[in-house]
Parts: sequence; C-alpha cells; structure tokens
Amino acid sequence: MSAKKLNLKDKYRLLTRDLDWEYSYVDRKKAFPYEEFEGIKITDWSKWEDPFRLTMDAYWKYQAEKEKKLYAIFDAFAQNNGHLNVTDARYVNAIKIFLTGVSPLEYQAYQGYAHVGRQFGGAGARVACQMQSIDELRHVQTQIHAMSHYNKYFDGFQDWTHMHDRVWYLSVPKSFFDDARSAGPFEFLIAISFSFEYVLTNLLFVPFMSGAAHNGDMATCTFGFSAQSDEARHMTLGLEIIKFLLEQHEDNVPIVQKWIDKWFWRGTRLLSIVAMMMDYMLPNKVMSWKEAWEVYFEEAGGALFKDLARYGIRMPKFVEVTEKEKEHVSHQAWWIFYNYGHAAGFHTWIPSDEELDWLSEKYPDTFDKYYRPRWELAKKMEAEGKRFYSQALPQLCTTCQIPMGFTEMDDPTQIAYRSSDYEGEKYHFCSDGCKHIFDEEPEKYVQSWLPVHQIYQGNCGGASVEEVLRDYYKLNLGADNLDIKGSPDEQRWKEWKGVA
Amino acid sequence: MSKVYIALQDNDESRYIIEAIEQDNLDATVIHQPAMIRIENENYLVVKRETVEEKMGRDWNVQELHLNLITLGGNVDEDDDQLSLSWNV
Repeated sequence: MSAKKLNLKDKYRLLTRDLDWEYSYVDRKKAFPYEEFEGIKITDWSKWEDPFRLTMDAYWKYQAEKEKKLYAIFDAFAQNNGHLNVTDARYVNAIKIFLTGVSPLEYQAYQGYAHVGRQFGGAGARVACQMQSIDELRHVQTQIHAMSHYNKYFDGFQDWTHMHDRVWYLSVPKSFFDDARSAGPFEFLIAISFSFEYVLTNLLFVPFMSGAAHNGDMATCTFGFSAQSDEARHMTLGLEIIKFLLEQHEDNVPIVQKWIDKWFWRGTRLLSIVAMMMDYMLPNKVMSWKEAWEVYFEEAGGALFKDLARYGIRMPKFVEVTEKEKEHVSHQAWWIFYNYGHAAGFHTWIPSDEELDWLSEKYPDTFDKYYRPRWELAKKMEAEGKRFYSQALPQLCTTCQIPMGFTEMDDPTQIAYRSSDYEGEKYHFCSDGCKHIFDEEPEKYVQSWLPVHQIYQGNCGGASVEEVLRDYYKLNLGADNLDIKGSPDEQRWKEWKGVA
Repeated sequence: MSKVYIALQDNDESRYIIEAIEQDNLDATVIHQPAMIRIENENYLVVKRETVEEKMGRDWNVQELHLNLITLGGNVDEDDDQLSLSWNV
C-alpha cells in the first residue's frame, strides 16, 4: 500500500514549521542580531504564511521546467539570428539600459535576500527569502545569457558591470539598491518585496516586456516573462509580508508607513528611466507610460491600498505628485539623455514624425504644449548641422541621483529645486519627495556617491569629460555614445538589411 | 470597487487556463496584449483545477500555473483544488 500523498498545506507546514528548532545553548538575540534594532515587533513568527505554499521539491521542479523552456528559446533566437528581427536598431538601446541598469539590480537582490534570509527568526521567512534569492540569481544569469547575443552585434553591451559601478546615470539604480541593502532586514523587505516588487515592478516587466515582444525581441520578452513568473510569487510574498508585519504589532504600523512613503518615492524616481524607455525607445508602441501608470499603479495600487486601509495604512506620501508626473516624466527624462547623449552608453535620437504624433495623441494635455516644440527645435538645429550636446555637468539630486531636470509639476517650464542644510553643508534635491527622504535620514544620504561631485573632486580620472568617459567609464567613444544617426550600430544595421 | 487581475503568457497551455477562468468567472474581462493575456474582475477571481483539467483533457496541478504566470494582483489563496484572488472590501 502506498503512503497517502500529503496535500499542499501539510507539505508546507512540515517544511516551514518543523524545520526550526529551539535554541538551547545560543542566545536567540545573538543568533538573530538585526531583528530588533529597527523597532519592528514580532510576537509570533509561525503566523508567517506563504500563500503559494511552495516547498523545495515543487520549487526545483517548476524552476527547472521554466529554465528548459527559456534556454530552448535562447538557442532558437541565436541560431535564427534573432537580432535581425527586431523592429529597428534604435530598439536595442533600451536593452543596453536594461543590461547596465537593471540586471545588476537582480544580482543586488540576490545578495540582499541571501543576507536578510539569514537574519529572520522565523523559518517561513527564511525559506521565502532563500527561494527569492535563488530566483534573483537566476534572473541575472538568464539576462546575461539572453543579452550576450546582442553583444556580438551591437555596441554598448561589453562592460556592463564596470559601467554599472561608475557611469553617472547608472548610479540612479545602483544607489537605490545600495540604499535598500544598507537598511535593516525589515526595511529591505518593505523596500524591495513590497514597494518595489508589489507596487512597481509590474511597470517594468509587464508592459515593457510585452513591448519587447511587439518589437520582435523574442529573447528579452522571454527572459522578462520567465523572470516575471517568479516575480508574481515575490509580489504575493510582498503583500503577505506587509500584512504579517501589520498584524504582529500595532507599533509596526507607523514604521511600515514611513518605509512605504520612502520607497514608493524612491521607486517612482527610479522608474522615470522606464517611462522614457516605454514612450521613446520602443519603435512599436504597446501603451504609453501614462496608460501603464494608470493600470499598474493607480488602479492596481489603488485597490491594494484600499485593502490595507483596515490596518491604518494610507496611500504613500506624495502620491498626488505622481498623478501629475505621469504626464511629464518620460518627456523630461528623454530630453535629459538627448542633451547628454555624448556621455551615455547608448544612442539617442529625435522621435520620428509618426512618433511625435503618437506622443501628441497619448499626452493631449502636455505634449504639444511643452515638449513637441523642443523636438521641433532639436530637429531644426540638427538639420542646420547644429546638433547640441550640453557640455556642463548637471547638478544631481542627493537622494535619487538623477540630474536636476524635472520641473515643478504645476509649472512645467520651471525646473524644480529644493535644498536642505545639514551640519554646515547644503544638499540639493529634485523634488519634495527626495528632500523629505533626506531630511528623515541625513546622516545616511550625506554619504551619497554622486557621480558629478566625484568627477569634480578628481576621483574619476582625467581633467576632461572625454577622459572620464573613455578611461574611467570605459565607453568606446564614437561607438557606444552619441546619436544613433551616423553610429556604427546604424551602419551595420543598414548593411544587414541591405539598405546601406 | 477594486479589480483583481492575473496575466498569463500567451501560449497553448494558457489558452485552456483562460477558457477555464472565463467559464468560472462569468463577469471577468479578458484583454489580449502582445505575448500576454490579462484577465481582470471586480474583487474576486478563481482558477479551478477541475475546470482546467476538463479543458486540457489531462491532470493539472494548480502549481503548474507558475509556469505561465506573468503577474497577478489581489490576496492569493491557493490549495490543491483552486487559486483565488480577492480584495477585502
């Protein structure tokens, strides 16, 4: 007679509950030294519940199956010269941003979850963090494999880890994760599992990946959706984590709210680069950034925060600003990169006439009034041989590290500027949100490694910008940077397509 | 009113799962986007193992959903027979 099969609930209970043990000769506080300093109170770890009740055997089984599917597609993509099937050589530049800006974050997430997974007293939380840590390692590996194919044919993919650590705009994503990983374990979970995974990553991995498919990029769409199948699990965990913390003790509520406020704003700033990828870098459009924001934040996030209201949690601070920003942020971000295209590791361009019309249609209240005239001017200047690149280094926001190019949302002709004084020094911010975050923890953010400051202090080599770009960032000048027009990428593309 | 949602990769397995979801959630809205299918419903959505098995003509484990899942929104409740999404209202 065969043994009775355990059901899902029993299997999960056996995995997470009976895995733990009593500490007889070690002081529990010494075994878990980071569990209390943030002020979070846990009264009963056994209340932690993974709604998917994933056990290790099921985890390995399904992850292996996902990997087999994924790598079969990578092989097919490479063997069939998949890079020739993308809509346009311009598209590939969005993937350069992905590899240099996003994939290293997957690695940071892997390290982060491995670290916090050791720090929690509850076995359920430790198992969940362990699985997520392995997931994140899988993500960075599959992304490197997928994009290695593009590295054979396009510029800008060759030194992505080096670039991630040094290049000015990549300090935006890098510092975001550095900030989360240098926080305590519970803040890390609220930052990454909840605010980032639950509330915001859909915006990157769902409409953008659907856009990759729509632009013929089978490899990216496939790794994106394969990663996202893990993310769906991470998101669910993010929601369970927050409910768990809020149910454990009422003193946790204000702490959690403060972290939600902080990480929501940090996340929206980080996503401004995704906004620009969606609106400007996908030749075939799926939806505008504004539409994606409405579906994946306003609608989905609105439902979520309504659900959390019973715990005394409210919408994140400055959410009303984001309602206005969705009309502006992609246009302002792409304009910053167009101005600094000589200092970027990917190519820039002026939107085509059809693309300008699409933007006008998608942003009826703002595009024609504020942004179209800029592109018309840029077009005119380019036609006259006066393509303009800003030579001065921009001031950066101390918190999000983005150049101070965002405007007041009630007056999009006025650059927003905030500042705080701390111990005799002045610090600069792009927004009330970023200033608020600094003011809460100035002793942390005064240590920010701001690329422009570092260049001026002589910590990035060379006396000239060109030397910094070439020697310190290791950009191949004339190949990786500048406009797509006239680039080696464009030239090769035309040769492959027989239109040279 | 709050919407729960689930998105699946657009492939042959998902096709049957979507059919099952449509049958078990009569008011659900199915939205086709490049490479993906998104289904949303007011407050509640359920994926039932029995219905998916009927559509596929084979045994199906609810956890197989992970293979084709892209994203979801709502409180998840899963056991051997179903996965449901809901908001507390």
